[in-house]
Amino acid sequence: MFKYFPHTEEDLQEMLKATGVENIHNLFDDIPEAARFKRDYELPEALSETDLRLFFNQLTAPHNTRQLVCFAGAGCYDHYAPSVVQNIIQRSEFLTSYTPYQAEISQGTLHYIFEYQSMIAELTGMDIANASMYDGATATAEAAIMAWNNAKKATRVLVSETLDPKIRRVVETYAHFNGFPIKLVPAVNGAIDRNALDQELAEGGVAGLIVQQPNYFGIVEDYTGIADKIHEQKGIFVVNANPSDLAILKTPAEWRADVAVGEGQSLGIPMTFGGPGVGYMACTEKLMRKIPGRIVGQTIDNRGQRAFVLTLQAREQHIRRQKATSNICSNQSLMALYVTIYLSLMGKEGLREVAEMSYAGAHCLRDKLVATGKFEDTFPGQPFFNEFCVDYEGDLDALLDECTANGYLAGITVGEKTLMLAVTEQRSPEEIDELVDIIQQFKTEEAKV
Amino acid sequence: MNRTLYGNLIFELSKKGRKGYSLPQDYDRAHTTAELPEALRRKEAARLPECDELTVVRHYTNLSHNNFGVNDGFYPLGSCTMKYNPIINEEIAGMKAFAGLHPLQPAVTCQGALEVYYNLQQSLAELAGLKEFTLNPCAGAHGELTGLMVIRAYHESRKDTGRTKVLIPDSAHGTNPASAAVCGLEVVEVKSLADGTVDVEHLRQLLNEMGGEVAGMMMTNPNTLGIFEPQVLEITAMVHEAGGLMYYDGANLNALLGECRPGDMGFDVMHINLHKTFSTPHGGGGPGSGPVGVREGLEQFLPTPRVNKIVVNCDGENEPYEWEGYVIDREADSALGSVGSFFGNFAVMLKAYVYILSLGSENIKQVGPLATLNANYIKECLKGDYLLPIGGLCKHEVVFDGLVDKSSGVTTMDVAKRLLDYGYHAPTIYFPLLFHESLMIEPTENESKETIDAFIDVMHKIAGEAKTDPELVKTAPHNTPIGRVDDVLAAKQPVTTYWKSIAES
Repeated sequence: MFKYFPHTEEDLQEMLKATGVENIHNLFDDIPEAARFKRDYELPEALSETDLRLFFNQLTAPHNTRQLVCFAGAGCYDHYAPSVVQNIIQRSEFLTSYTPYQAEISQGTLHYIFEYQSMIAELTGMDIANASMYDGATATAEAAIMAWNNAKKATRVLVSETLDPKIRRVVETYAHFNGFPIKLVPAVNGAIDRNALDQELAEGGVAGLIVQQPNYFGIVEDYTGIADKIHEQKGIFVVNANPSDLAILKTPAEWRADVAVGEGQSLGIPMTFGGPGVGYMACTEKLMRKIPGRIVGQTIDNRGQRAFVLTLQAREQHIRRQKATSNICSNQSLMALYVTIYLSLMGKEGLREVAEMSYAGAHCLRDKLVATGKFEDTFPGQPFFNEFCVDYEGDLDALLDECTANGYLAGITVGEKTLMLAVTEQRSPEEIDELVDIIQQFKTEEAKV
Repeated sequence: MNRTLYGNLIFELSKKGRKGYSLPQDYDRAHTTAELPEALRRKEAARLPECDELTVVRHYTNLSHNNFGVNDGFYPLGSCTMKYNPIINEEIAGMKAFAGLHPLQPAVTCQGALEVYYNLQQSLAELAGLKEFTLNPCAGAHGELTGLMVIRAYHESRKDTGRTKVLIPDSAHGTNPASAAVCGLEVVEVKSLADGTVDVEHLRQLLNEMGGEVAGMMMTNPNTLGIFEPQVLEITAMVHEAGGLMYYDGANLNALLGECRPGDMGFDVMHINLHKTFSTPHGGGGPGSGPVGVREGLEQFLPTPRVNKIVVNCDGENEPYEWEGYVIDREADSALGSVGSFFGNFAVMLKAYVYILSLGSENIKQVGPLATLNANYIKECLKGDYLLPIGGLCKHEVVFDGLVDKSSGVTTMDVAKRLLDYGYHAPTIYFPLLFHESLMIEPTENESKETIDAFIDVMHKIAGEAKTDPELVKTAPHNTPIGRVDDVLAAKQPVTTYWKSIAES
């Protein structure tokens, strides 16, 4: 038998006898003949562990999977994580358990989710946070649905053009099938157009507005006064914020947001080709019973001990079925554990230090790129955090290819001429200088095709 | 597992001035965040814990000791397929080369990752008997929603916009109707017969009444009672006849590996829970992965991004050659859109692919039979003490309706809690809703006869205790870090953050 199957021939015979079935395949006699699968799967034969390792070593050889020095962001960032994080994550008591339905033997999971919720609430300034969601994009889409369901006579949900287009696409997809319109509020110089927003609001019927901070282009926008205007028509103000930057930046609560959402990958989770990350969602106490997803709450047990348990479940699908606040069932629990351990280690000072280093690095790189004379600011005068856009005078694709050939992922193109670069605390001054050097020396005619 | 409560919160171990990280100090400090206008900065620093490294390591290690996972013991949680999560899966998924990949880096620099992605898509298609899969959805419920979007996009493309209803058996998982609602569909319940299978006559009646409004039907097969729907071929034919599509909820796919494929039963769209059938760990509730597959003709309704295989004819320096490789289609003309920022939970896909390669064609086909044998063995051995409402063959799981002898007042909840004392995870309880005292046991193919026999012995023992000492069972668990919790208090006065907890104490 295969190593994951413990059944000996003797076991099989005894069990079949107890079951009253002659042959193991007779257990499937209730399946109509026409639906039975009678051939072998067209899949490779079993690989030994040795062969598996060889196979994956080949797949990850440099010509197949290349590690680049990462100056790309756009929703996924190459941040430092202490080695403790990955080590604890692998503890099988966390890894191989399921949703903590049986609180008596799940206090480990319930405790860390409670800690996670507390940390997210503290970073965003919001009253409560749920136990996490799939990713930042789906969390934002769920917030849009929340806004729509909360509104009485609304006609649309507004989305700022400075929201990451990948997130916007998910919001639009959810909204389309759920059955409500999304209206895009245009941008001026990389920030939401306040006049256009005012016009939209003057028309009334706004269920909510979704903005991002820092926005897709890395700009830190000033959202002063927006919440009041949304609240005047009983709409919901949703701020999608990078939680890592909230060590420094004004919190969604300080912007008077009703719902804060975002992607938590920056908080200790490796990039791993974009997933898994973790979506977070936090809201005001007023919206507590409208938030989707799991929530852990504090209580006591029958021995008088403080204990934690899944709570407010009357919102959820396994109780409310089609009347639930969402169809979400599981959270992204283990990824929330990454975030919790990371924030426990980095703490109050570490997260600020990460933010300062990333900010300093990005501004230094921007200065050096502009100083080459080949770039200019895409959005002049706009404050940014650790990601920024610059316009390139030459062939941008050729420039990026050159950087890739030298082992650098020099950012993401966000238009024909515009390059968006992100810097984290992982990028050394030497790497920044080398990237500038490669770009400085690049001449379009030398580009390799 | 440590049966004494550890109980601390990290905030309670914090002391000003401690830290658990180290960062390089040599960087250009020409710019600081003090440059940002004050209006853009937070007023007060976030109250995150301040702890040294060992304190953090011990804290989470101690917390883990108050948790029970598959590696700790038998976990017969019905409907969740708590199979063994192979260690080699973790080793491969943890390879630095994968962990360091940015999702937007050029396809030529990540061919290895794309090969895994593409081959997993193809492998799932073969196992499901369908044409093409997307791996974008992050969980089973996310897959359901995506699959229903596919169905709606299909009808929209035909301008058949009146199809706003979805048929769902009353025995379905709660996620089915919830996903339908999020997808803007109206749920119509199909009744079950006394034996727990779909009432085909009721279905026929519904289709006669509203066939033109039916977008499709969602079905779990084997159903949530662990019973194979014997009339599945008639059902899929009837719904197709009415112009609807058939959705297969892959929650219970494990039973069928090697014996039956959803595509061959007539299903058009389905999701697979990689964290159930393909051995990836549940992680305390995620991350999962819920790939969605479709039959031929529906591929264009799958979400983007997609990974495709291409062959390109290249001019070589000396002679032309063919380049075979993988490309990322980020914004294909999908009628559906996108359901996530990037590709989905790639690390989870890696684990599932390692599992498929480890088992290979010859061992995957053993999964369904062995899982089903284990479940039927438990059914036969326990039916004297536990009420078996539906006889005959079950598939990968079996549902009892509490104890046969209910005179002591011992409930399914009590039996479940008493199991914890004996070192087992409880089965799924009070689901499916068809019975009052549902107790749903799913053993998976990985459990040995010895493990199962020991579990059966304990189940008999608890049935005995219910007669001789019912209070012992009703007050269980006794041997766990905490006793039964006050759920009402938690919901009535919700304390969901540490801040609220200290404000109120």
